[in-house]
Amino acid sequence: MSSGKVLKPEECFIKNEPYYEPVNEEIDVFIAAYKQLIPVLLKGPTGCGKTRFMEHMAWRLKKPLITVSCHDDLTASDLVGRFLISGGETQWIDGPLARSVRHGAICYLDEIVEARKDTTVVIHPLADDRRVLPMEKIGEVIEATADFCLAISYNPGYQSVLKDLKQSTRQRFVALEFDYPAAELESKIIQNETDIDASMADRLVKFAHMTRNLKGSGLEEGASTRLLVHAAKLINANISPVTACHTAIAQALSDDPEMLSAVNELSSSLF
Amino acid sequence: MSLPPFTFVEIEERLEDMFVELDEDIITKLTKFDIQMQDNLLGLIEKAASTSSGLAFQLGKRLPRAIELMELETLELWLNQAIDAFDNKGLYSAVEKLNELESVATFARQKLTGIPFEDICGILEPFVVGLNGRKLNIETGPQWYTDTETLYLPSMLNYFPEKQDNFILYKCMAVHLWAQTWFGTWRIDLQKSIKNFTNKDRAIQWFHALESIRLDACVKKELPGVYREMHRLCKLADITPLSETRVPDIEILLSADSSVDDSLKILQKNYHLDPPSTSHYHCCINPEAVENTRNARLIKEKDLFRKAIAHIIEEKTGTETEQLSEEEKLSIDAMPVVDPDMPDGFSYQLQLDGDPVEPPDGVKSLMNSIIQDIGLIPDDYLVAAGDGGYKITEEDNTQDNKNVWSGTYHEEGAFLHKEWDYRQQRYKKNWCAVRELEITPIHNRFIEKTLEKYSGLVKNLRRTFEVLRGEDRIFKKQPYGDDIDIDALVETLADVKSGMEMSERIFTKMHKEERNIAVIFMVDMSGSTKGWINEAERESLILLCEALETLGDRYAIYGFSGTTRKRCEVFRIKSFDDQYDNKTKGRICNIQPQEYTRLGVFIRHFTEIFNNIDAKTKLLITLSDGKPEDYDGYRGEYGIEDTRAALQEAQREGIHPFCITIDNEARDYLPHMYGAANYIVLDEVNKLPLKVADIYRRITS
Repeated sequence: MSSGKVLKPEECFIKNEPYYEPVNEEIDVFIAAYKQLIPVLLKGPTGCGKTRFMEHMAWRLKKPLITVSCHDDLTASDLVGRFLISGGETQWIDGPLARSVRHGAICYLDEIVEARKDTTVVIHPLADDRRVLPMEKIGEVIEATADFCLAISYNPGYQSVLKDLKQSTRQRFVALEFDYPAAELESKIIQNETDIDASMADRLVKFAHMTRNLKGSGLEEGASTRLLVHAAKLINANISPVTACHTAIAQALSDDPEMLSAVNELSSSLF
Repeated sequence: MSLPPFTFVEIEERLEDMFVELDEDIITKLTKFDIQMQDNLLGLIEKAASTSSGLAFQLGKRLPRAIELMELETLELWLNQAIDAFDNKGLYSAVEKLNELESVATFARQKLTGIPFEDICGILEPFVVGLNGRKLNIETGPQWYTDTETLYLPSMLNYFPEKQDNFILYKCMAVHLWAQTWFGTWRIDLQKSIKNFTNKDRAIQWFHALESIRLDACVKKELPGVYREMHRLCKLADITPLSETRVPDIEILLSADSSVDDSLKILQKNYHLDPPSTSHYHCCINPEAVENTRNARLIKEKDLFRKAIAHIIEEKTGTETEQLSEEEKLSIDAMPVVDPDMPDGFSYQLQLDGDPVEPPDGVKSLMNSIIQDIGLIPDDYLVAAGDGGYKITEEDNTQDNKNVWSGTYHEEGAFLHKEWDYRQQRYKKNWCAVRELEITPIHNRFIEKTLEKYSGLVKNLRRTFEVLRGEDRIFKKQPYGDDIDIDALVETLADVKSGMEMSERIFTKMHKEERNIAVIFMVDMSGSTKGWINEAERESLILLCEALETLGDRYAIYGFSGTTRKRCEVFRIKSFDDQYDNKTKGRICNIQPQEYTRLGVFIRHFTEIFNNIDAKTKLLITLSDGKPEDYDGYRGEYGIEDTRAALQEAQREGIHPFCITIDNEARDYLPHMYGAANYIVLDEVNKLPLKVADIYRRITS
């Protein structure tokens, strides 16, 4: 029986180059911000490559990447750390944020708006020029080294007034805006990710554009690059393109039967 | 036991209540039905009377014949069409619709075998939007063609015995008509191009056939799936596909880079031959309709584009275009860039003195529309609008500065608000007078009818909103509660071991989290909402109130309308303190269309109301049907900029504005006013009641 390899978060170095196609100057900006010790905010719709970009940068900078997916039960001690008991003794266990600071890793807080607002403020002292993490429980303050980097992401198109990033948080970051890549580039990305042939990749991109035309006219979001990659993988596994688009893209976009029919008609028109 | 039918006098009395007079013999005929049917028929007359008593009279005249021909459902459909026509074009065209009762009846019978347009328009509409290019509307009509903005399709198709095939035929028709607009069939002036031919009809037939061949080839390349279906339908109907007919030089049209000019050249050569006949999905062409629509659009878009350029230059330089001397004027160019999404394979990038500028979203779609029409951005478009159009709207605003303090302006009870003038970049103090008026409650069966009509939805809404209200959360680290919080216990033990004080907070507790939301709905009561929009607004409000009562959020509803800055009126439908009782319900029933929409001042007014409300989240939701517009120069950019300023002020006060609109052009200006994520455009009025509560749920959870 084989078992998965167990790694500590700070040992999670990315060994092989994650595939990433730069759209603008985001790589240069990120490196510059990293060298100048400024934290980074990634904005953009879902599935356009924010997380992949982080992996790529971690590989480029040769730093471990510690990712925390935020949710609304995430407390400050989930990030900073807590005491545990083992053998009648207390033992302090660092949370992912403290680990990143201690080991000079890149800490990536994904979908930061999902976290409770009182949790978000613990990153404030780390995200300005103090660059320290106060740990009240053990009465220590960890000073971040130049290796440490903080990055957060959020999706500004998310229509909820209750989930917005506070000004006091967002104004500490250099912001990089992500969007779906231009048609040619997106097709190239799909080909690279899945070994699908160029004409099929072009058609998938065209299909994605059709669904993006529908954004605001019944769809909340158009098809993301990630969904296109899913569809392309299914097509590679001998699923017919129409079925692949239906299951991997249309069903992921909407539950409305009329909208689903319309999206399906679009895909059956293309293939 | 059922009740006895209404007598002649009773019917007459009910008609009198509706201010409708009918001939005696018609009333006599009505007495012959049972009470249920009488009630339904009188209901129809009442519905017509609520739109216009003239319409109700005309309806009554035709009712006896209509009852012989149609079921009740079809009767309702027939009346709805007439009301629609009334709202759009007035009584005359409504009567025309009523006169179509024979064909409506036949149509209802055909429905059993064929597929009616309304069954598939929900699918076809987003399908066409998805395709590409300028947004196309879909409508039904006796002739099937496109005028480059609307696709006219049959109201019913029963060409094939199978419903699915009829649907595919609809789809192929829509794709073919879309292809005409996308692949440049109408980039030429057809009337001019064929003026030398003696037989115009023959030339038009030839042109249609040749273009159909060319467009089929384009569709084959772009949308192979549809092309296969077109081919299959031809076979099914035993028609030879056009591409297989013997037309000299056909191979030119089948090549990838053919254009409408090729069709014209071949038309010249082949004119003396008989034109080949087109297939069912090729519909027909209507050069006159296209010319009218296209010419109007070309003028409008040229004007808009030049204004947009002037605006871009102004933003760059900070000076008005007219004040720049010749040497200072920046040169603006449009450079082609590769863009496989466009029909010719490239689009244009605007350059200001050689530097690329990113046009706003509205201008981008404008550019695409121009390219779709002409194929490029002509040089004379690239001149900033000067003394012409750009200035016109600026003149009429300064007219009555003097009158501010005269007339009824200073009446007691009016709230005075400022207004933002974007051209002068300053606020005009105490510019608008707002009065709060109350709507007199009326009591009719509107509420019951709405709740009946949407009974399934209401149940569903109550359930979903209950879930929202009862969102149980587990609170950790509580001093007492129903379970032990293991994390807290471990932590406490650890604290004790390390010599710290022991915490008591080691329990978890289920707790309903209180929603602390206050919301004001501001409802557009401008004149343009007359008819169905108004009805849809009222229905939406009723459903919304039902939902909000379940949820327990604090809410207020106000209508707004007015004429000029001196008479802006806010109509209280429900204030935060009012209960959702019969009076409030009566006021909702009596929401009537008034005059214009001076949006900015109302937003400021509601912002003030919000200042007295203590809530964690404050939400200002606008239900609207169009752009801000009023007399005295409050339109276009002025109105938009003032509204935008008012919204920004509201945001600074911690209020979240949101807009729900049914104006299809709203995508051009709403992102600028409300921000990209804070609005929703609904394509159809009748979706409003279904959607409003759902949207509310989404933005507050």
